[in-house]
Amino acid sequence: MQCERTIRVLIAKPGLDGHDRGAKVIARALRDAGMEVIYTGLRQTPEQIVEAAIQEDVDVIGLSILSGAHNVLFPRIMELLKEKGIDDILVIGGGVIPHDDIPFLKKCGIAEVFTPGTPISQIIEFIKNNVKK
Amino acid sequence: MELVDGILKKDKRAAARLITLIEREDPTAIDALKKLYKYTGNSIVIGITGPPGAGKSSLVNELAKKMREKGKTVGIIAVDPTSPFTGGALLGDRIRMQELTLDPGIFIRSMASRGSLGGIAKATYDAVNVLDAFGMDYIIIETVGVGQTEIDIVKVADMVVVVLVPGLGDDVQAIKAGIMEIADIFAVNKSDREGADKLVTEIEMMLDLSQNELDLRPPIVKTVATSGIGIDELEAKISEHLSYIQYKGVLEQKRKEKTREKFMELIKFHISKIIFQEKGNIIENLLKDISNKVIDPYTAMEKLLQCILKGE
Ligand code: B12
Ligand SMILES: Nc1nc2c(ncn2[C@@H]2O[C@H](COP(=O)(O)OP(=O)(O)OP(=O)(O)O)[C@@H](O)[C@H]2O)c(=O)[nH]1
Ligand SMILES: [Mg+2]
Repeated sequence: MQCERTIRVLIAKPGLDGHDRGAKVIARALRDAGMEVIYTGLRQTPEQIVEAAIQEDVDVIGLSILSGAHNVLFPRIMELLKEKGIDDILVIGGGVIPHDDIPFLKKCGIAEVFTPGTPISQIIEFIKNNVKK
Repeated sequence: MELVDGILKKDKRAAARLITLIEREDPTAIDALKKLYKYTGNSIVIGITGPPGAGKSSLVNELAKKMREKGKTVGIIAVDPTSPFTGGALLGDRIRMQELTLDPGIFIRSMASRGSLGGIAKATYDAVNVLDAFGMDYIIIETVGVGQTEIDIVKVADMVVVVLVPGLGDDVQAIKAGIMEIADIFAVNKSDREGADKLVTEIEMMLDLSQNELDLRPPIVKTVATSGIGIDELEAKISEHLSYIQYKGVLEQKRKEKTREKFMELIKFHISKIIFQEKGNIIENLLKDISNKVIDPYTAMEKLLQCILKGE
């Protein structure tokens, strides 16, 4: 009698951005939604994030950026995942990200971007409906 | 079998995936573990346990760095508690180990306890075998932050370091019952704080009272995990202890006992499962009779045993 499979999520903060409230809020909310959330702390390089995602075998990577560096860091992470042949991880992003940038980020492979004010329930719903494995 | 080959070729993704399958109790995990078993038994397994926030993760980080300096590879399994209410977990041990992430000789896996109450997860045992077959020289297991009775770590580790910190009040007294007795080494971490020497004295006194002549007296090492102080000494004491138990044959003996215990558990688990499946009706009927005082539970048990032995 296997109940619903536990979803494993890596919440990561790439780059030098020190704003971690949002990432922590999301980490706790996803835990409360029954997920196992690995939080790796501030100042992660794209390489570190991808390696941690591999070792933790996560279903989802959630990236949080408020510094404005998303147009560089998000595509870099997607590129690294592609290089390693990883296509079964759902990657989503959030933080202070201008709406005009979102189409570009989605084109790079970020499944969805959640900006300030998004209800948490919407994020949880999105993850549950879109995990790939 | 792809996963098995991958693990033997040191592919971290294969190891990570098999650990996931073990956690999910997926039947294919058992197939892989069967094939990997003959490659296990080469890693030294070290348990790190202690109260919440004592600095376990920070110490694991420092120890792993020392071991890497000596050219050894290290697998780390860091267990954090699952919320009994939501089934979710926040796994934060990796925050203290960021600098190890990209080291090819290191593999770190965060693991939720998923309902186990002994300080580690059910999947920890088999995950150790995966990292062992992978070829890690050392496997370090960080338990959840423990109180006094969560001591399952002794069932899986070759040796245990108990981490304590000054300023937790009367805690040596309080935790004496459980985790104090499983320590091969004590680390008094956060010894940059007031009360470290007092804590060392308290532990010494406790050891004076409880020492069995034949036992090796656990050394006490003062550490500051955040600045690396005392880590050399801690690593040296760990090596010393390992040489001693290897030389004296204690390690071999311990491992034999563990293998035995594990096999017994496996037998009990599967036999009781079969019995509950196949004799469910008989058990239910006997239970009714016991409730109605038609029969006593001891006689009922004997009846059930007879049914089983006769194959009825
Ligand atoms: C609080 C704050 C700080 C605090 C941060 C404390 C901390 N530990 O987090 C302090 C005072 C330290 C700070 C410092 C700075 N800040 Co500031 N800060 C803010 C502020 C006011 C609120 C951020 C916040 O915590 N919001 C609350 C959380 C819960 O919301 P959130 O992070 O947006 O998260 C939500 C969503 O975005 C989304 N989400 C976020 N991450 C993720 C991840 C995933 C996976 C998902 C699904 C969703 C998701 O879900 C969350 C919940 O709805 C914002 C302005 C603003 N209104 O956003 C500026 C802001 C982010 N800061 C800014 C700046 C410039 C700075 C500083 C460089 C200097 C300065 N001018 O103050 C420094 C740099 C610090 C550093 N080292 O990086 C700018 C950034 C500009 C930009 N992006 O171009 C902002 C936008 C202010 C502004 N309008 O200029 N800051
Ligand atoms: N002052 C001081 N702080 C320390 C020391 N070691 C760790 N810390 C801090 O103590 C806090 C907890 O450290 P962790 O390593 O996460 O402790 P832990 O035992 O793994 O915690 P849990 O896994 O949550 O039980 C962190 O803020 C560390 O920086 C130390 O020797 N001295
Ligand atoms: Mg920890």
